[in-house]
Amino acid sequence: MIPLLFRRLALGFVTVWLVSVIIFLGVEALPGDACTAVLERDAHGEALAKCRTDMGLNAPALARYADWAGAALQGDFGVSANGQESISQIVGYRVRNSLLLATGALSVGIPLSIFLGTMAGLWRDSWIDILFSSGAIFAMTIPEFVAATILILLFAIWLGWVPAIVLTPADAPPLEFFPEFVLAAVVLTMIMIAHIMRMVRSSVIDVMASDYVQMATLKGVPYWQIVFRHALPNALLPAINVIALTVAWLLGGVVVVEVVFNYPGLGRLLIDAISDRDLPVVQAITMIVAATYVGVNLVADILGLLLNPRLRSHHMGHR
Amino acid sequence: MTTQPLIDIRGLCVGFRGRSGSMLPVLHGIDLQVCRGESIGIVGESGSGKSTLALAAMGYLKHGLQRISGEVIYNGADMFTRTAAELARIRGGQLGLIPQNSGQALTPTLRIGRQLDEALRLHCALPAGAHTARAIDLLTQVRLPDPAAILRRYPHELSGGQQQRVAIAMALAGEPDALLLDEPTTGLDVTTQAHILELLRDLARTRNMAMVYVSHDLGVIARVCDRVQVLYAGETVLEGPTRAVLKTPAHPYARGLLASIPRLGESTLPRALEGRPPSPGSDRTGCAFAPRCALATDHCRAIHPPMVQGGTGQESRCLYPEQIAQMDMSGSGAPLSCCPRNSPLALALDTIAIRYDRPGSFARFMPARPGPPATVDDITLTIPQGETLGLVGESGSGKSTILKTIAGLLPPAQGRITLGDGTALAPRVDKRPPDQLRRIQMVFQNPDESLNPRHSVADILAQPLSLYFGLAGPELRRRATEALETVRLGAHYLDRRPGQLSGGEKQRVAIARAFAAAPEIVLCDEITSALDVSVQAAVLELLNDLKARHKTTFVFVSHDLTVVHALSDRVAVLYQGRLCEIGPSATVYAAPSHPYTEVLLNAVLEPDPDHAPHLLTADVAELSPPACGCPFQRRCPVKLGQRCDTDTPPWQKGADGHAIRCHIPLSELNKTGRG
Amino acid sequence: MTAPAAPVRRTRALTTLRDMAARPSGAIGLTLITLHLIIALISPWIAPFDYKEMNSAVILGNPGAGHLLGTDHLGRDVFTRVLLGGREALLVTGIATPIAMLWGGMLGVLLGLRGGWIDEVLMRLVDAFLALPGILPLLVLITVFGSGNEVLTPTLAFFFGIPVIRVARAAAHEVVARDFISAARARGHSPLSIVRREILPNVTDTLLVEGAMRWSWMLLGFSALSFLGFGVAPPTPDWGLMVSDARVYMSLAPWGVLGPMIALSSLIIGINLTADALAKALGLDQGRKAVI
Repeated sequence: MIPLLFRRLALGFVTVWLVSVIIFLGVEALPGDACTAVLERDAHGEALAKCRTDMGLNAPALARYADWAGAALQGDFGVSANGQESISQIVGYRVRNSLLLATGALSVGIPLSIFLGTMAGLWRDSWIDILFSSGAIFAMTIPEFVAATILILLFAIWLGWVPAIVLTPADAPPLEFFPEFVLAAVVLTMIMIAHIMRMVRSSVIDVMASDYVQMATLKGVPYWQIVFRHALPNALLPAINVIALTVAWLLGGVVVVEVVFNYPGLGRLLIDAISDRDLPVVQAITMIVAATYVGVNLVADILGLLLNPRLRSHHMGHR
Repeated sequence: MTTQPLIDIRGLCVGFRGRSGSMLPVLHGIDLQVCRGESIGIVGESGSGKSTLALAAMGYLKHGLQRISGEVIYNGADMFTRTAAELARIRGGQLGLIPQNSGQALTPTLRIGRQLDEALRLHCALPAGAHTARAIDLLTQVRLPDPAAILRRYPHELSGGQQQRVAIAMALAGEPDALLLDEPTTGLDVTTQAHILELLRDLARTRNMAMVYVSHDLGVIARVCDRVQVLYAGETVLEGPTRAVLKTPAHPYARGLLASIPRLGESTLPRALEGRPPSPGSDRTGCAFAPRCALATDHCRAIHPPMVQGGTGQESRCLYPEQIAQMDMSGSGAPLSCCPRNSPLALALDTIAIRYDRPGSFARFMPARPGPPATVDDITLTIPQGETLGLVGESGSGKSTILKTIAGLLPPAQGRITLGDGTALAPRVDKRPPDQLRRIQMVFQNPDESLNPRHSVADILAQPLSLYFGLAGPELRRRATEALETVRLGAHYLDRRPGQLSGGEKQRVAIARAFAAAPEIVLCDEITSALDVSVQAAVLELLNDLKARHKTTFVFVSHDLTVVHALSDRVAVLYQGRLCEIGPSATVYAAPSHPYTEVLLNAVLEPDPDHAPHLLTADVAELSPPACGCPFQRRCPVKLGQRCDTDTPPWQKGADGHAIRCHIPLSELNKTGRG
Repeated sequence: MTAPAAPVRRTRALTTLRDMAARPSGAIGLTLITLHLIIALISPWIAPFDYKEMNSAVILGNPGAGHLLGTDHLGRDVFTRVLLGGREALLVTGIATPIAMLWGGMLGVLLGLRGGWIDEVLMRLVDAFLALPGILPLLVLITVFGSGNEVLTPTLAFFFGIPVIRVARAAAHEVVARDFISAARARGHSPLSIVRREILPNVTDTLLVEGAMRWSWMLLGFSALSFLGFGVAPPTPDWGLMVSDARVYMSLAPWGVLGPMIALSSLIIGINLTADALAKALGLDQGRKAVI
């Protein structure tokens, strides 16, 4: 099993490295560079040449990649193209804010979605199932900005419970984000509940129809004991990977929702950076998001391996 | 025994709601009484409703099934009207179930110890502290070695036989009055099956339990049951003492079923029972068996026959019980067509070794370690034209692997395969010229897997025809029709899809596809094991017929020794991927020489109350072959000693191409053989 | 293929469609999609106003006579713009979805059949692309090349095809493990003929359902781009863009956001319901019989 873990880990690193290459090449292929972005209209002649020499842009691509990747590994993403600020610092606050939002959504969403999915699966075809399942389809399919706009219309404009537009600077203490945070977290929670719930529901239905649940029934095990001891541990195993995908999605900057609620997270920084052609910032965000995605999925894979006795000894037997 | 029956099922009808909304019955008015200490067998082919009946005895119906009428009385009350709490107390307590596939019926995420403990906690009066000791005691009773270690295992870490024993122990935990067994040995190797049956017989005798034993296998029923009930299309057609039912069955269906079972003692093929049972919801005015019955009259088709008293204590659902006795029961199957003597070579395998494990991309960078012994090793076989060579062995013996290698799907690690004309076959199929490919065709175990569900029968048959002969248009269709005729299917099957055919018809189409290529060698991989016994007989008959007409060479792989016996000229016995014995069928079956062959043959069950298996070795599951010495060293009942562990046994040649691989001299082995 | 196969296939398509229409989800879904397609086709002729026409007299006007859904901040008729607002989205996604399914599906099936180092390398690349923040590559390409349909269509087709590779590869893996593939290989059919005759017919069902889902996700992506200002350029009417514009005046004129939001949501829900019914009609989620 240890070699298998190493294999997964190695594949994760390969993926992150590939992302860095794609990003680097992508930025190379774009017209313009950091200097044209900094100098804007003055980007010609001597000024441009000098800037390029200063920033080391005349070095061969491979050398520049090595420099950038080496620094990025140490958490140093260089300076932003327009403000000359340290990217690590700008991005740092945004990561904190995005984490805050994700934690809020996950802490409510995961237990709730497992509960709702289990109920819908156990009582399939009942009115509870119909209600939950149609709710899930609705929450999954309507666009994020539509859901967000409806909530603002409802809670901010018609009911007036929360302010509609708030602008909090990115480096404010976490508590000050509360007004933007609430509705954004509600939208994200709704969407993630829908996805995880559907997965849990179908998994519970499969497991409840399995031979071992039938056997447990015919062994005289009471219903709720069957559900908790025999069915749920097996039904939730496949949900781990779906939860991981949702977590990665939440941490990866939920662009649209952050834009709608003016929430200063990674997603909005990404949009702003692209609009400003601030390529170093785009590179930095991308690397962080990709590493998170790979890391979260890796953790899910390993958890799946550890929690599933079949996979665990299968791999032990083979290696 | 005249006591009150323990389980009393009266007029039970169970059905499901069909697409049209009407109720389609799967059980029609079943009566079943079981007394303490009595063991009743429920026999029927797939779809006869036998498993539904066993589960209904516990008041349980699968999702979608409903009770239409009738009652299941246990202990004075109907199981279907009891409360959930009452049911939970009875199930797993007084009524124990042993399921068909314990590998799937044990919860994968719970250790065996926890699952046994749960049963004890629910149904056993012992204090919690005594549970572990009791669990070990139960595992010892079902003869599992090292029970304390088993308690710590997960279900998937046990072999099929061990899982089944755990399931039996779990049923015994509640000190049951009655056991319901739903095909508990189906899918197990013959030796394991024989061991489990002996265990069940002992348990029933010592504990004075009632047993309801559901099986498709009359050989199993013959071994463990006092009485038998034969189900046909959800209805009891025959009921009586086991001996009478097996010796002089008083119903035409039971006669047909018995005649379709291949037996080691017969020199002819089993006789097929043509047709198939009616599907649920079809018209039931007449006798359900009438369309397949040789005795059927217009009267049979108009009147639903009642159960009537027949001879020898049997009750039969037939209008003409007196005529049944005159029906021919055996010996009318076709004689086996024989391979011509001294015919030229068709195929030769020379010291073939096959390995499954290949170093992955990652392992290649690791320091090399000595790998496990090859899955299949040192296989040398020569097969003359027109011969049927049977390859037998238990699961994991590598018999199917060898077929895949001949077909070029799995390249051997070493050795070579040559055709009769001396040309070597390329190890991989994509390197073989089309003509070589055409000459070797393969038929697979399960037609549901080997026929593309999206193709019509015409598409399926067109593939070899257009590939090898470049046919198209009307000529292609004509040849496809001809191919269907060789397997006795009409041209109207051309436009059907596999999903619209019965299991037997599908396998015929698969055979037709192989024969459409006009092959010289046909590789058959367990081709009857997914079929009901009556359908199996028809397929065997068909193969025998094709063999006589086309002089095809067959390599016939099966785990079922009786099937191989019925069809093969020569038989090769495999253990752990190594050959043990090879020789003419008649010689090997009459007087098995190799200790393993003897073990296998002695474990075979026959539908004969006078036949008892002899268990010569312990039931041990082996995962991989030993690194050196005789492959059978760990289970051999006549092991000599050190030599068997270290030296590969030599080939000893007997008369008529008979050869075995053993350190014990052939002459000595023949003396100990049963022949 | 042999001649008699054709009618069988056609009846299968018909029975599937009938089966879908018999389920509530399929009936609602198919009706919604058909309605949207018809409106998209004929809206230029049935729209009551010109979508560019600004009436400075009724800026942010209430719904009422003449203006069914009122007017927007430039005095344009909201109802007209809602009717026309799906045309760009349907055109772009209608072309890009089949292309994405085709290239992703074909590549995935080939990789699933062949395996080996090409598979290993390409799957790592797919992983890397999936690890990027979903919308980033689209945004970057659009900032560089502009947001015309001639840019959006191939871009969406390319990036939405990447996850399809994975799905198709997994579906192909499942089929490749079955004996009829071994049978075809043992007969000596070429890999291409095995893909065409044995594998494709067995993965098309999965890919069809997947395609319907991808279509709805592409619509989500398209409207999100418009909403963020990276998609359809004004004054062309588009639901995402309209919501984005009208959001500012939401407290004064809520119908300005409600109209396009209902239109967009109903189309996407319709597609999802249809995909659900399609999966059930094709028997792809046995045992998971959902009511919807």
